Amino acid sequence: MRLRLEKRQEPSRLMVVVTPIAAVLLTMLIGVIVFDAIGINGQKAVVDIFLTPLLASYKWQDVAVKAAPLIIIALGLSIGNRANVWNIGAEGQYIIGALCAAGVGIAAGGAGGPVIVMLMVLAGVAGGAAWAAIPAALRTRFSVNEILSSLMLTYVATQILGYLVGGPWKDPNGRNFPATAPLIPDQTLPILVPGTTIHLGVLIAVILPFVFWAIMARSVFGFQIRVVGSAPQAARHGGFDSKQTIWLAMLIGGGMAGLAGSLEFTGALKAINLGFPSGYGFTAIIVSFLGRLHPIGCLIAGIVLADTYVGGQLAKTSVHIPDSTAGIFQAMMLFFILASDIFVRYRLRIVRTQKAAPAMAAGE
Amino acid sequence: MSDTPPRLGLRGISKRFPGVLANDNVSFEVKAGEIHALLGENGAGKSTLVKMIYGIMQPDAGEISWNGERVVIPNPKVARKLGIGMVFQHFSLFEALTVLENIALGMDAKIPQRELEGRIKQVMEQYGLTLDPRRIVSDLSVGERQRIEIVRALLSNPTLLIMDEPTSVLTPQEVEQLFVVLRQLAKEGCSILYISHKLHEIKALCETATILRGGKLVDTCDPRVETSRSMAEKMIGGNLRDIHKPAGRSFGREKLVVTELSMPGLGHFGMSLKDISFRAHAGEIFGIAGVAGNGQTALLLALSGEATTDDAQAIRIEGEEIGGLNAKQRRLKGLASVPEERNGHAAVPDFTLSDNSVLTGRDRLRLAISGIIRPGRARRYTGEVISAFDVKTTGTEATAGSLSGGNLQKYIMGREILQKPQVLVVSQPTWGVDAGAAAAIHQALVDLAAAGSAIVIISQDLDELLQLCDTLAVINGGRLSRAMKVSEADINEIGLLMGGIHGEGAAAAPSAPAPSAIGAEATSAA
Amino acid sequence: MNVEFFVAAIVTIVGLSTPILLAGLGELVAEKSGVLNLGVEGMMLIGAIAGFAASVITGNPWLAVVAAAVAGALSASLFGFFVLTLNSNQVATGLALTIFGTGLSSLLGLNYTGRIVMQFGSVFPPALAKHPIWQVLFGYSPIVYFAIIMVGLVSWFLRKTRSGLILRAVGENDLSAHSIGYSVIGVRYAAVAFGGAMAGIGGAYFSMVITPMWAERMTAGRGWIALALVVFAGWRPARLLWGAYFFGILMALELYAKASGFSFLPSQFWAAMPYLMTVVVLAIISSRAAGGGNAPACLGKPFLPAN
Repeated sequence: MRLRLEKRQEPSRLMVVVTPIAAVLLTMLIGVIVFDAIGINGQKAVVDIFLTPLLASYKWQDVAVKAAPLIIIALGLSIGNRANVWNIGAEGQYIIGALCAAGVGIAAGGAGGPVIVMLMVLAGVAGGAAWAAIPAALRTRFSVNEILSSLMLTYVATQILGYLVGGPWKDPNGRNFPATAPLIPDQTLPILVPGTTIHLGVLIAVILPFVFWAIMARSVFGFQIRVVGSAPQAARHGGFDSKQTIWLAMLIGGGMAGLAGSLEFTGALKAINLGFPSGYGFTAIIVSFLGRLHPIGCLIAGIVLADTYVGGQLAKTSVHIPDSTAGIFQAMMLFFILASDIFVRYRLRIVRTQKAAPAMAAGE
Repeated sequence: MSDTPPRLGLRGISKRFPGVLANDNVSFEVKAGEIHALLGENGAGKSTLVKMIYGIMQPDAGEISWNGERVVIPNPKVARKLGIGMVFQHFSLFEALTVLENIALGMDAKIPQRELEGRIKQVMEQYGLTLDPRRIVSDLSVGERQRIEIVRALLSNPTLLIMDEPTSVLTPQEVEQLFVVLRQLAKEGCSILYISHKLHEIKALCETATILRGGKLVDTCDPRVETSRSMAEKMIGGNLRDIHKPAGRSFGREKLVVTELSMPGLGHFGMSLKDISFRAHAGEIFGIAGVAGNGQTALLLALSGEATTDDAQAIRIEGEEIGGLNAKQRRLKGLASVPEERNGHAAVPDFTLSDNSVLTGRDRLRLAISGIIRPGRARRYTGEVISAFDVKTTGTEATAGSLSGGNLQKYIMGREILQKPQVLVVSQPTWGVDAGAAAAIHQALVDLAAAGSAIVIISQDLDELLQLCDTLAVINGGRLSRAMKVSEADINEIGLLMGGIHGEGAAAAPSAPAPSAIGAEATSAA
Repeated sequence: MNVEFFVAAIVTIVGLSTPILLAGLGELVAEKSGVLNLGVEGMMLIGAIAGFAASVITGNPWLAVVAAAVAGALSASLFGFFVLTLNSNQVATGLALTIFGTGLSSLLGLNYTGRIVMQFGSVFPPALAKHPIWQVLFGYSPIVYFAIIMVGLVSWFLRKTRSGLILRAVGENDLSAHSIGYSVIGVRYAAVAFGGAMAGIGGAYFSMVITPMWAERMTAGRGWIALALVVFAGWRPARLLWGAYFFGILMALELYAKASGFSFLPSQFWAAMPYLMTVVVLAIISSRAAGGGNAPACLGKPFLPAN
């Protein structure tokens, strides 16, 4: 009696949807077990991390605000991943996007208003895209692996941030703390729901997935991305240029990350300090995988991961675990979804082993 | 010497694969110290036979004898122990490692590096195979890489050395050097089984030639005495097929004109195209014959637009220069193409048939307008293709990968033909396809030509070409022969051209050839 | 600028270089076999907490280092299971390992914040180890000398032994290695585990030598520098050694710039330098040879034998 993996004739659509759900549930289960094992109230911890933020309405705004950048970045990354272009530098593009928005804000002086804010956000998109253009150029002209180049540039971006907020852009009234001066209200995004922190960026994060969905499903561009990722030779046969695809995928990924950065800056944080890079660029990779690279999946997965971020902070006070513990759960969900990928393509079968026929090894 | 048993004896060897009898009751002998050629076209059964001798496969019937004794060879390790060595057509080398390291990795026994280096040097000296064991493989020429494989095979002291199409990657000078080595080996008593389709080489090197065709043994002869013509005739088959085309058909105007098209080879080992010229007229079916690895893949990519050239006028369709246009643009000009690889090149296995129609039809058939795909139109078109070409599938939304080979090929051909192209270029239209689907595809091509399109068929199946085509040319070493009318063609001349022997007025043997590795993959089919 | 300054500088540089040298060496071996493990930062943190905790529990720093190595190897094997047995995406799995390791080490380290552990005694007699000048050569913790010896060992292993040759072959052309008969998966598991062990020891260097304390995220991104280092060194152990010291100088310059307000170039410039230099080197070596220079040809690609 043996387990055997048998290739399916067609990838299982059911499994594509079931596996992310299973991954989340499995993670919760393991979490309870592990926490209990080390002497922490497992059930309370897992409930606080996963469920409480969704059930407690006063926490919804936190989840929404945290989900917005995750969703937006993940949308951009999904395009790239679908086309087999691996942009790992979203964190850096996010930072540069925010810095560009800040730069426009500072250049505008005391001026504000919707036009200025829009310029700031657009500057963020452009900045993020420009930062992603570097690995794109390196890949198309020098065949440099974009995983390594985009990753390295993330740390360069972090240093640029450190320099600017500790130097030329430091808030003169800020007690010598390396941070930009807080944005004047005229230079921030409007709040959508009065009395909450839900800013315009949240609405954008809810609308964009549908826009991306339409583009991916119906447009030739979406088709191009899918073909290039699935069968590059067929893509060339169909008349699609692989270099152009790489550029577009990277620019979109960078632009989205930059957008997220500028929205987070103008909508939520309103100032940039050394703690600005909160790892969204990396978590967004988890979001895009958990969302199966599908725009609506990214929307849902973004909410799930934001939920764990907020829940992690809750659990810090309720069961006294460090908030970086949320990372354990996020990573576990990613592990499970990656592992379960195999069930989309293969079926598990139990076979009875028979005695092998003697002598002839009919190899290929 | 008839009382010494032959080194290798094959008696009644047969091997069947689903749908094809690769070897049919083949019997011959290789004497000790003999250089014995194994001659035949693609699909004749040479590689299958040799794989069984080397233990990679087992025969379904018949027996193999070694020095007079019956043997069973279950795997290559046993073959090597018996004394059989093989140098494959495609090398499995590690590019970033040195010659010495590559050889060490391929050895069955673990030998300390110093000792191994010594033995390698000795073998190299003995046979004049100069190589610096310390050099990295990626720096070596193709001929030098082959020497690594030869040295590796010689280190196990073989008494039978099998060479699979060894000279397809060599320059003429390297071919001569190889022959020196092989002759010396033979003199020392090692038998050589030399697989090739190149008639002049076989005449120059071999004492005996066994000719296979369609899985059967046709003849065993002495190439030193036989003429090239008679060997070619045996290789291809003397009887001309009945060609169902009235002689003297007139064709319309020129649709496709290719003038001195030259393209660099693909990748490291790709065969380059040299001054290819031909014309295809409306209503004409133009065939390009040739053994795999002579530039067919490069030619298809150059015509389809997946590889473009700076010399725009080298390819003209209805008078318009399209050499610099990509595949999408060429389709808009009326040129459609079907590459030989169904899965992953002509069609995307994970996509539905509808989506695959969008892949090539989106512009010409307006399946996508202003950048937006029209799924309804795509489905309708796909439905038409499915019914017109009798594609057995669950529907337009079935994935291409779920179709059988024959059905997928019918769909792909239908997808292109129903776009009513002015010129259709196809490569290997019925490779791996069942007889029924093949017949349907052939008829569809004839009908398309009758409707006024020009068709170019690149195929390794000469029977197919003779059956379908009006005009024929042969590609060899990246060059194209002159075009011949099939109704007047001399089958022997075709065979000679395929075998690399050019007729009167032909140029000298091509320099720096290197076959497309992709095209040559098809050689090992069945 | 007197001798003491130089001695202090060199000692600092060596201290900064050693953890990235260790982690880099481990990752080099893993990458040579064809596996790209982006989880170095996570593995280092796991090693840091494991070593620290073991040191608290046993009081024996040597046992603690072994514990760190084992913990690193185990976490790497978890990564290996996903990537080699389940064929999951190497980039995503490696990132998951980093995030996981960071979180797990923080969680496990909860009980250990604020504690202090036994440090290593010096390897050489105090007359040399504490000498104002000779401490430059003799005053380091055993882990430093271990790292340097390992450079030699790994270099010898890869170039002169048959197993090392097989490992390199697997990273160059896994299909050919498989057809010759070598176990690609087995070799890669071993290589990845070794990488984890070395990263674990590198992490332990932080919690046991640099500061004999535990703090969350104490490796501060050095795992990423180690990844850059492997590429910068062109996957060659000897170059890795010089590269580690070179990066160490850059890191020291960053510290110096921060501390002394040396304002010719901002400290962040020096901090960014290792990464920028790696990008430049990447561009040079990738464009020269047909895509990749010295990078193992199978790096990052899943092993898919035609079955």
